[in-house]
Amino acid sequence: MPYKQRIDGRKFDETRPIEAKVGVVPRADGSAMFKIGNTWAYAAVYGPRNLHPKFLQDPQRGILRCNYNMMPFSSTGERVRPGGSRRSKEISLVTEKALLPVLNLDDYPNSVVDVFIELPQTEAGSRCAGICAASMALADAGLNMKDLVCAVSVGKVDDKLLVDLDYSEESYAEGPVADIPIAVMPNSNRITLLQMDGEVKKEELMKLIEMGKKTCMDIYEVQKNALKEKYHEVEV
Amino acid sequence: MYKELRSHVIGLLNSNVRLDGRKPSEYRQPIELEYSIVKTAEGSARVKIGETDVIVGVKLEVGEPYPDSPDEGTIIVGAELLPMSNPEFELGPPGIQAIELARVVDRGIRESNAIDFKKLCITPGEKVWLVIIDICPINDAGNLFDASSLAALAALKDTKYPAFDGDKVDYKHKTDKKLELEKEPIGVTVIKIGNKLIIDPDIEEEKVIDSRITVASLEDGTLCALQKGGDFPLTTEDIDEMLDIGIDKAKELRKYL
Repeated sequence: MPYKQRIDGRKFDETRPIEAKVGVVPRADGSAMFKIGNTWAYAAVYGPRNLHPKFLQDPQRGILRCNYNMMPFSSTGERVRPGGSRRSKEISLVTEKALLPVLNLDDYPNSVVDVFIELPQTEAGSRCAGICAASMALADAGLNMKDLVCAVSVGKVDDKLLVDLDYSEESYAEGPVADIPIAVMPNSNRITLLQMDGEVKKEELMKLIEMGKKTCMDIYEVQKNALKEKYHEVEV
Repeated sequence: MYKELRSHVIGLLNSNVRLDGRKPSEYRQPIELEYSIVKTAEGSARVKIGETDVIVGVKLEVGEPYPDSPDEGTIIVGAELLPMSNPEFELGPPGIQAIELARVVDRGIRESNAIDFKKLCITPGEKVWLVIIDICPINDAGNLFDASSLAALAALKDTKYPAFDGDKVDYKHKTDKKLELEKEPIGVTVIKIGNKLIIDPDIEEEKVIDSRITVASLEDGTLCALQKGGDFPLTTEDIDEMLDIGIDKAKELRKYL
């Protein structure tokens, strides 16, 4: 059976419904929520703040630390054991690398900017949702930034190229699947995250990256609107 | 350490006012309770008390019973003080604060017999349901105890069994069968600062408390679990008054269920 139509009826270049909000964790210096379909991410930023232990400090610039964590009840299936896994550590790392290029940490020597990403509910695309939330939270924290970061997964299911794979597509059994999370800096048009699992031809990959970039521009609008909702212009 | 803050808080309490303008036995407002907010959990709820924001999710798993109670399932309560929710929380395994929170919530449910563990039995000696309750604060603006205990009860009320064919649990399909609750325990934490009693401390007040009692009680006022905390002792008169406040305020929280 070729994959003719998406299981949930979406167009091939259509994402699941997106919702975004800024300032959801009042105690944090910056925070945001990003929901795409059934995947739901929170991000909170603390800092720049003092970094301990001292030997980790960089006297030239501040450092960024990201932590990706799935809540124990966030997955269909058995409980996710708290405390992090090899997977969550790797995602924390690639998230950090995806966000670092938009930050200018030169002004914060010896300090750390902590980003905590928490997922109450997941169904595919959680690292991308986390990155979207985190970049909004960094902006909310008032950090010096060159751009936002927008992320989405693109991929190939059977012979179809599509954006924002859901669980049924990631686990499609009747044909080959490629899952490719990417993150984009929308203004400078650069890629800050690229991973791939599955099989795909190079030409298809290049086409998918273009599809991803286009979708990221739509996500960028959602992020900007959410930020503007908190930081609206005031008439003088 | 917080000498000035403490004397300021006590000074205000002497005229029956708190830092944020509340009366001593007033909860922050608004209090909000939402059910079924996490689709991946078998039951879930979110409670907000003022700016404090807690999500509790329940997962059901099939496991083996303890050898000394072969026909009983059990509950497991975990609390993670997420570093997202409070600048003072750190990554890493649960510290003593998280463990105490989880155990206080656990005892309210366990000791009230809110869940009949025998009804969680599938095959005696072999298979029972494990009810796993996880507490995750989104924003800790004080009084995680009361918010967590209310959210845990609400999440249990929301819990439905997933399909089980005798061998494997099919988490994609929830049945209509609800987790039965025999009782509904609610925890209220009463705080003593100086010689004043308050409830629902905010972050500043939590820094200067002398002692606290978390009182878990049922609809008819029966007590089902207690926990005293804080560095200072209490008189029996204190305890008498604190229990009254705890039982009385539980009735107020119950309205949000």
